[in-house]
Amino acid sequence: MTVFVIFTYLALVLIVGTVSHRFFRGTGEDYFVASRTIGPFVLLMSLFGTNMTAFSILGASGEAYHKGIGVFALMGSSSALIIPTIFFFVGTRLWAIGKRHGYLTQVQYIRERWNSDNLGLLLFVVLVALVVPYLLIGVMGGGDTLAVITDGQIPKWVGGLLVCGVVVVYVCFGGMRGTVWANTLQTLVFMTLGAVTFFAIVGKMGGLSNALARVDQDLLMQANRIRPLELMTYIFIPVSVGMFPHIFMHWLTAKSARTFRYPIIFYPVCVAVVWIPSVLLGVLGSGDITGLEGPQANTILVQLISRYAPGILAGFLAAGVFAAIMSSLDSQTLAIGSMFTHDIVRHYGFHNQMSEKHQVLVGRLFVVGLLAVTYVLSLISNRSIFKLAVWSFTGFASLFPILLAALFWKRSTKYGAFASIVSVVVLWTFFFFRGWQTPGYTIGDTGIMPVTVVFAASALAMVIVSLLTKPPEGNILRKFFAAPS
Amino acid sequence: MKNSRIRWILYLALIAMYLLHKDFWFWRNPALVIGLPVGLVYHIAFCVAMAVLMAMLVKYAWPSQLEIEKDDSVDK
Repeated sequence: MTVFVIFTYLALVLIVGTVSHRFFRGTGEDYFVASRTIGPFVLLMSLFGTNMTAFSILGASGEAYHKGIGVFALMGSSSALIIPTIFFFVGTRLWAIGKRHGYLTQVQYIRERWNSDNLGLLLFVVLVALVVPYLLIGVMGGGDTLAVITDGQIPKWVGGLLVCGVVVVYVCFGGMRGTVWANTLQTLVFMTLGAVTFFAIVGKMGGLSNALARVDQDLLMQANRIRPLELMTYIFIPVSVGMFPHIFMHWLTAKSARTFRYPIIFYPVCVAVVWIPSVLLGVLGSGDITGLEGPQANTILVQLISRYAPGILAGFLAAGVFAAIMSSLDSQTLAIGSMFTHDIVRHYGFHNQMSEKHQVLVGRLFVVGLLAVTYVLSLISNRSIFKLAVWSFTGFASLFPILLAALFWKRSTKYGAFASIVSVVVLWTFFFFRGWQTPGYTIGDTGIMPVTVVFAASALAMVIVSLLTKPPEGNILRKFFAAPS
Repeated sequence: MKNSRIRWILYLALIAMYLLHKDFWFWRNPALVIGLPVGLVYHIAFCVAMAVLMAMLVKYAWPSQLEIEKDDSVDK
């Protein structure tokens, strides 16, 4: 029965995604940014659904199993502070620039802002490299969920394959409109089912107060599990949202700047709705299912579902987890496909040798190839979903000073942007190889997250090198900073 | 003039929210309030407060020049 519900849900998502194909206007702008026609509610749902992934559903409950309620402050409420602030100051401005100049990708903007092809190419490579671990989180989450909920009857490799297959089909058919519609459906599904799961499981545990009484008191406060410096510096992790290629694409779909108003206001509320059940169930689960070590804790939510809510409900809840996973994978996949088509195939003139049909085919093949690589990696990797995400977010967040400089600092130069990207690559690689084998790695074991240092170095490199190099030309500044006449 | 003062007050409020996010005063307190650990209740309230602050930013500090830009592109 559980498997039947999951497959019915996957079929529903496929139908919604592919039905949107009937509204396709036959242009590249329609395929990649839905002709910039998306309204406030759908924008909120698709932005939020894209940001909520296996990281927030499975990873957060797994982390809360070890670290307690502090995980909500660490990632939940810090997102409620940072993400709408970025939408307000950065998202709206990038939407306006994108609309004015007809941009479809971040790389197009950065390349033209500093008039440098090489800068665009470097950024493309770095962004794709950072998206892969993020994709990996989703594929691994799908495999884990299905395997645990069916008691291993459906192996991990089938779950991962299913997630990849469904996403490829509706992204290829429906483009951004299909993605946005499927995301809206899936966000509503996982928000509703998250609440249903929570009440169903807590009810079976004998009520909230009984369940909390069985939990180690250390998990009900932050002091012994999270260090003050960790809380203070973790705030840089959600900054990554500002640099995600898929969020950039979603910003461009907005009908007008006003469309951003509701997403900005209601984003913090949506964060609370999803993260409260995730974190609390992780904490409560530690009282019932003991002995999960390291990444094993990422299955705590699914184990609770199997134990307390088998049958149809388990199917619904697994569908909710799938919803969260796929609503991110689809946008990431589409964004990468779009970047490859526009920033490589078209920009470097390969399109002159290909028909429109061939270009689309090449873009889709790139997406399928990238997902295939991710899928293979998911089979050989067994690291904590949460920690993988943190490394990916560290890279994206550290590139954010480039976007800030592009938008707000006229004196910034392409050499400053180069220096910033190079500093991120060097320091990220350094910290990654130092820390990836150490669970909860912080610099010198002080609690300071590596992202803080990489971000600061990236910002400093941008400022110092920009000031040491020739100021940008007037025509470029007029293009991006002149007040609209 | 008045609007620009409100705008700056709201920007300062964002910085204040960053400081309020570090709830060290509940750091060692596992007590329950309305059935939930106090440290969690505080951060749920923090999310609600952020929604209110963002609503005020949208109302009083909206980058209205972007709306003009939109109208321009529509005219073209």
